[in-house]
Amino acid sequence: MIRTALISLTLLFITPTLTLAAEIRGTGDLGLVIERASGSIQIIETTNNSSLGRVEGLGDLSHASAVYSRDERYAYIFGRDGGLTKVDVLTQKIVKRTLQAGNSIGGAISQDGRLVAVSNYTPGGVKIFSSKTLELVADIPATYGDKGQTSKVIGLVDAPGQKFVFSLWDADEIWIADMSKPDKPQIQKFNDIGRNPYDALISPDGRYYIAGLFGEDGMALLDLWHLDAGVKRILNNYGKGEQKLPVYKMPHLEGWAMAGTHAFVPAVGRHEVLVIDTQTWTEAGRIKVHGQPIFVMARPDGRNVWVNFAIPNNDTLQVIDTESLKIIKTLQPGKGVLHMEFEPRGEQVWASIRDDDQLVIYDTDTFEEQLRLPANKPSGIFSTARAHKTGL
Amino acid sequence: MLKMRLLIVSLMLNSGLALAEVSASRQIELTHLLKQDCGSCHGMTLKGGLGPALLPEQLDGKSTDYLVMTILEGHPNTAMPGWKTMLSTDDALWIANQIKQGLD
Repeated sequence: MIRTALISLTLLFITPTLTLAAEIRGTGDLGLVIERASGSIQIIETTNNSSLGRVEGLGDLSHASAVYSRDERYAYIFGRDGGLTKVDVLTQKIVKRTLQAGNSIGGAISQDGRLVAVSNYTPGGVKIFSSKTLELVADIPATYGDKGQTSKVIGLVDAPGQKFVFSLWDADEIWIADMSKPDKPQIQKFNDIGRNPYDALISPDGRYYIAGLFGEDGMALLDLWHLDAGVKRILNNYGKGEQKLPVYKMPHLEGWAMAGTHAFVPAVGRHEVLVIDTQTWTEAGRIKVHGQPIFVMARPDGRNVWVNFAIPNNDTLQVIDTESLKIIKTLQPGKGVLHMEFEPRGEQVWASIRDDDQLVIYDTDTFEEQLRLPANKPSGIFSTARAHKTGL
Repeated sequence: MLKMRLLIVSLMLNSGLALAEVSASRQIELTHLLKQDCGSCHGMTLKGGLGPALLPEQLDGKSTDYLVMTILEGHPNTAMPGWKTMLSTDDALWIANQIKQGLD
């Protein structure tokens, strides 16, 4: 009798839950696509390649990026207007949203997943929030010089040891914020790293932080295992004495396009992808490409690197073979190819085609087009598989 | 040559004559370029990004000539490129006037 009653009670509790979550599913195959003009995101899944729905009301997403919580359920989206939005990708609802600055460029999630950091242009600096509540934990103005100016902050990434690393566009500095004690951030600064760092990346093991320089040739390398050695300038002689082309769009350094001991990065203002030998940090080659590269992204197995380009060549994607350093495929998916995202193990890649309002999916072995899906002025594509990758 | 054209343009502006001829279809293309491509640095709503905001209040006091010149030739030692390979002087003038008025 008592047992029956207990069972009935249990059923009473379970039934509504089941009804609410019509289908219990994981989130490891989910992703989101920024719809930059409408301030919305689409939730996508890569098991069957489909769109699951749309979340609206995320403000100005004309430049936006996202990171994921460790459980791959929540996305933190960083918008142009300083908006930080926490979205539940499972229920497709905004959990919390805060306008934390006037103008921001990107963000990162801490090693332990408890902190979300945002890099801001206005006011220049980094703000750090609780990933659970989005309450402010630390405010780090990017102050420099003797007049108390603040710099725009770019290239913000997470690093092992509960650190955030970022660069100051106006101040030519790299800063490390150690957040081991969230209420007492420890800041370490590196000066004169090179003129106008425009973006940065960190190697997948979290050891090397590399900032690209806009104001001069070369890149700034910081070995996080040996901070005493300071910032080292690499690829210094690249492009010396040559006239740069006008740069119509800043390249992005996202993730680490790496194969064996080679890393692949966009050359600023040139129709070239640069190859770096990561043993010696010297130039190992230059690959002539179709335009000024924006994203240079390695397929997860490192065999190929995919590249998109700045206007007026932004209708094209090229694929580089990382062994021969040759272009093996040129695709023309449509106008305004803004971003690519590989499926978690790389057999397919999604690309956003802004001006055609489409997403296109390619097989990465045959390069055959698999599918097109409608999207409203799509830009960045972010899959939940990023949740467990340092720097993404 | 460019200076000459700019001079003519300013004369036209000052004397209140008709603005440069930019076809309706070109205007659509230019609006798209302004929002999407100028927008990649200045923000899609031109509220600023890596580049400064281009809203009417920021541009107040800057001459149309100066804006046209900046659009076509860029700004040395900054991230602003010259767009003359993609834009004519008429195009640049049309854009300069648009941003001075403000987008919708």
